[in-house]
Amino acid sequence: MHKKVALFGGVYSNYLSLKEVIKDAYKKKVDAIYCLGDLGAFGPYPDKIFSILQKNNISVVQGNYDNSIGNDKDDCQCGYTDPRDNYYARLSYDYTYKNTSEEFKEWMKVLPHEIRFELGKYKVLLCHGSPRQMNEFLWETTTPTHFLEKLCRDYDADIICATHTGIHWNRKLADEKYFVNVGVIGRPENDGNTFVGYTILELIDGKINIEYIPVEYDYKKLAEEMKKEKLPEEFVETILTGWWTTCLEILPGKERLKGKF
Amino acid sequence: MKHPEIYLDALDNLWFQVSGTLCNIVCEHCFISCSPTNHNFEFMTYDQVNSYLQESIKMGVKEYYFTGGEPFMNKDIIKILRKTLEYGPATVLTNGMLIKEHHAKSLKEISDNSIYSLELRVSIDGYTEKMNDYIRGKGVFKKAMAGVKLLVDSGFLPIITITKTWEDKDDDRVLNGFMSTLKSYGYQRPRIKILPSIKIGKEAVRTKGYDEYEFVTNEMMVDYEISNLICANSRVATSKGVYVCPILIDSPDAKLGGSLEESMKPYELKHQACYTCYLYGAICSNFSSVKRDA
Repeated sequence: MHKKVALFGGVYSNYLSLKEVIKDAYKKKVDAIYCLGDLGAFGPYPDKIFSILQKNNISVVQGNYDNSIGNDKDDCQCGYTDPRDNYYARLSYDYTYKNTSEEFKEWMKVLPHEIRFELGKYKVLLCHGSPRQMNEFLWETTTPTHFLEKLCRDYDADIICATHTGIHWNRKLADEKYFVNVGVIGRPENDGNTFVGYTILELIDGKINIEYIPVEYDYKKLAEEMKKEKLPEEFVETILTGWWTTCLEILPGKERLKGKF
Repeated sequence: MKHPEIYLDALDNLWFQVSGTLCNIVCEHCFISCSPTNHNFEFMTYDQVNSYLQESIKMGVKEYYFTGGEPFMNKDIIKILRKTLEYGPATVLTNGMLIKEHHAKSLKEISDNSIYSLELRVSIDGYTEKMNDYIRGKGVFKKAMAGVKLLVDSGFLPIITITKTWEDKDDDRVLNGFMSTLKSYGYQRPRIKILPSIKIGKEAVRTKGYDEYEFVTNEMMVDYEISNLICANSRVATSKGVYVCPILIDSPDAKLGGSLEESMKPYELKHQACYTCYLYGAICSNFSSVKRDA
């Protein structure tokens, strides 16, 4: 049984931050590391992620991106509907698909949609978007507490962990249940900071403790490599400034207000 | 002809026809022909709304939407929104014209005191007075833009909702026109939703309505993502009970019951308006959507 686990989502091909996160998590003596999906997108050289995940024995939940790349789908199934969001999602998907090896695609194709384990008395469920829909956006300001409590009932879980939106948050629900958006490590959180972050769940005196850990990495190197690969300037700007420049239409009002664009 | 039956997957979105079919203006493209004198649906009371809110909690509803008519004609709208924001995020569909400073102030206070988002979707159909007022009536543009300005100045990012009444080839020109008009009113990063027109109600008179073949058939559902259809995840509460969606409230068969529980039954896509919903998907959500091939 686990006592302390590290959780992250949205690698988005950021192999530099992935290495730092793993290093940091081991330093903090976690007993396991889980990735909640979306290995590709946004960043350069998608295959670099593969060997790092395998070498470190990291269990991965399938994200919409992994489902798309693994099954040779036409688009990333990111869940955007606005044409302006889809324009950039398309550029990123085409690059990632073209640069992912067949072996990595085969591996992604069979990743599980959820992972469950116990942390003391808590039944933990890891998923990508939500337990019911891989690409569901659960933003802090548009997800009611009663909705999350229903998910816990419907899916028999005490702690539901998800990612997908790119911004971490968590909420305590009734009856000692929790929802945790673990954040992403592939790009910063639209707050003007260049770091990324992951989440540690730890059992302390039988109770759950949820901590978000910011992690610095060599973002300038990543930006250089993105430029070399001719990825959109707008993506590079996000890595360098910490502000999202694309795929903004999907954000709820309050999350959008916190950003610059 | 038998049409596809759509089962409610989960009640994610609960709409309120909070001001019925009563509106302060008469738009040429209104699919339920709202006007100052259309009493087909009356204002909902605070108690009516609250009773559906309470029922919605155990059903796990994710988002609440308020429409009409014009929601700001309902004298209880602020009280209703304040209550709703205790439970979840809310979106108000408005023409913006009746929003005064005291509304903007109350809305901001409600939003600041809630962990949830309060969205204002303001309908404007042209980026010039001439283009807008041709559809929405004389003098409407100026009053609507004044409402937008009040909201922006109060710290909101209203979603400007534009019904598409132009040709595809003009998409960029119209979008750019809106961006520059909105910026000139001080709205520096406009959020814009483009909505397809629904060719029923007054819009059937303005256009030629639907062609005979424009129905959803069973064959069309192969490989179709059903969650695109609002009837797969939403219902609308009105002064006369619960209906399948906000677009079809003028059709008697669209009434599904008195309570949310009673409205959980499947619905057959027998109306031509369903064809527009099928083609564009997610048309009632807060985001634009892209037309698919029929």
